[in-house]
Amino acid sequence: MPDPARMELSLTVNGERRTVSVAPMARLLDVLREALGLTGTKEGCGEGECGACAVILDGELVNSCLVVAAQARGAAVTTVEGLLADGEPGALQRAFVAHGAAQCGICTPGMLVAARCFLDGGAPATGEAVREAIAGNLCRCTGYVKIVEAIQDAAGMEGGAGGGAAVPEGRALAASGGAGSGGGSGGGDGLGPPAAGRP
Amino acid sequence: MLSCVPVTSVSSLAEAFALLADRPRGLRVLAGGTDFLAQVNAGVGLERIGHVLDISRVGELRFTRLSGGLLAAGALATFTDLARSAPVRQALPALAQVAREIGARAIQNRGTLGGNACNASPAGDTLPILVAAGATFVLGGPRGERRLPAEEFFLAYRKTALAADELLLRAEIPALAPGERLAYRKVGTRAAQSIARAFVAVRAAAAGGRCSGVRIAAGCVAPVPMRCRAAEAAVEGRALEPALFEAARGAIEGEIRPITDLRATAEWRRRVTGNVLVRLLEGLAGPPRSGEDS
Repeated sequence: MPDPARMELSLTVNGERRTVSVAPMARLLDVLREALGLTGTKEGCGEGECGACAVILDGELVNSCLVVAAQARGAAVTTVEGLLADGEPGALQRAFVAHGAAQCGICTPGMLVAARCFLDGGAPATGEAVREAIAGNLCRCTGYVKIVEAIQDAAGMEGGAGGGAAVPEGRALAASGGAGSGGGSGGGDGLGPPAAGRP
Repeated sequence: MLSCVPVTSVSSLAEAFALLADRPRGLRVLAGGTDFLAQVNAGVGLERIGHVLDISRVGELRFTRLSGGLLAAGALATFTDLARSAPVRQALPALAQVAREIGARAIQNRGTLGGNACNASPAGDTLPILVAAGATFVLGGPRGERRLPAEEFFLAYRKTALAADELLLRAEIPALAPGERLAYRKVGTRAAQSIARAFVAVRAAAAGGRCSGVRIAAGCVAPVPMRCRAAEAAVEGRALEPALFEAARGAIEGEIRPITDLRATAEWRRRVTGNVLVRLLEGLAGPPRSGEDS
């Protein structure tokens, strides 16, 4: 008879099929961080207020601290690590770097995942829509303005319309080529220098 | 943390009822988890949890439909489902609207109507709307189904009428008739991501300057989401004018039982609840406004 305190959990994480043995009431957050070593997802409040642990579960934004392992059986999960494109930061992450949309960085993974989910939905990236999309992601450093601008900029780039109007003069990303030194493996910290002209 | 607690995940009501019939010790039902897991993470009541029944993927309970003037919303309809549902938006737009004001997207995607009801917080945002709307809750289990008016489902602080072997299956709500409105106001610290400190909902038909079919409910001002019968009696059939508004204010202030907690004082809740009721009645006396049911 199988041990009721453990379960074989198979799920798809960032496109890869993974199977782990976990407690059924383990939080998805802990499955990702502890069992799978994906520590990009952060724990903030543990009660669904802050969004630091946000991931995309079967296409929907969720707080991974409020989902248990048993509920993720067979699911497809995207974490911040899954936002890399060919191992490089995508347009969204490069926009965060260029705009200085990360300071201490704790909210950044959840913010990026919430933004990714919003952009994937295809709704127009008006300021109000972006603010509503990230309303569950608390940032105590930036005041949100740079985050909203970065998401709008990424929407513009991904929509093929070139840089968004929200990019201040001299800070727009080149349409290709990334954000200079931000393109390495450390780009996720959001602290790499953006294009020249940063104040 | 609950590392030894078994979880039974079911995908049908038949499977859920089979487990409920065994009445495992310390059974807790898990739906979207947005309240349950927050309590688990805070370490609240862990010693009472012996077995978890995960119903989050029971598709039979995730629906909304409108038929014969009756809106039915399955217990596992998420807040996102309610906000997007054409039947809800048509039959009871206030329920779709309030679903967009609960937490933020990540909560709305997981939290469910049934979970909001069964968590039975007096600050549950859908609950005064369901009570004011005249919802009937349909409960079911291995022994069959039964029906209760929404206000009779809430027995005491976080205590419901559910038996140990019952689940909440759905809410059935009479659709608004022509001329009827359901208006509500949630008062929190801000519009987004905030827990209500006062909440009033009014369902009524206004014609010829008078209200009929009045149902009033309030949240955050008693151990349970509360139907406010004294206020209803003060308003029913009377002319919508300032004297009535003051009578309604006195009635609701007299019947609610607010307490002081970390979010507001009892005195503040009493005054604000009265003020909000008057504001909602003034709105009923005027033409429908955007953002309000008509």
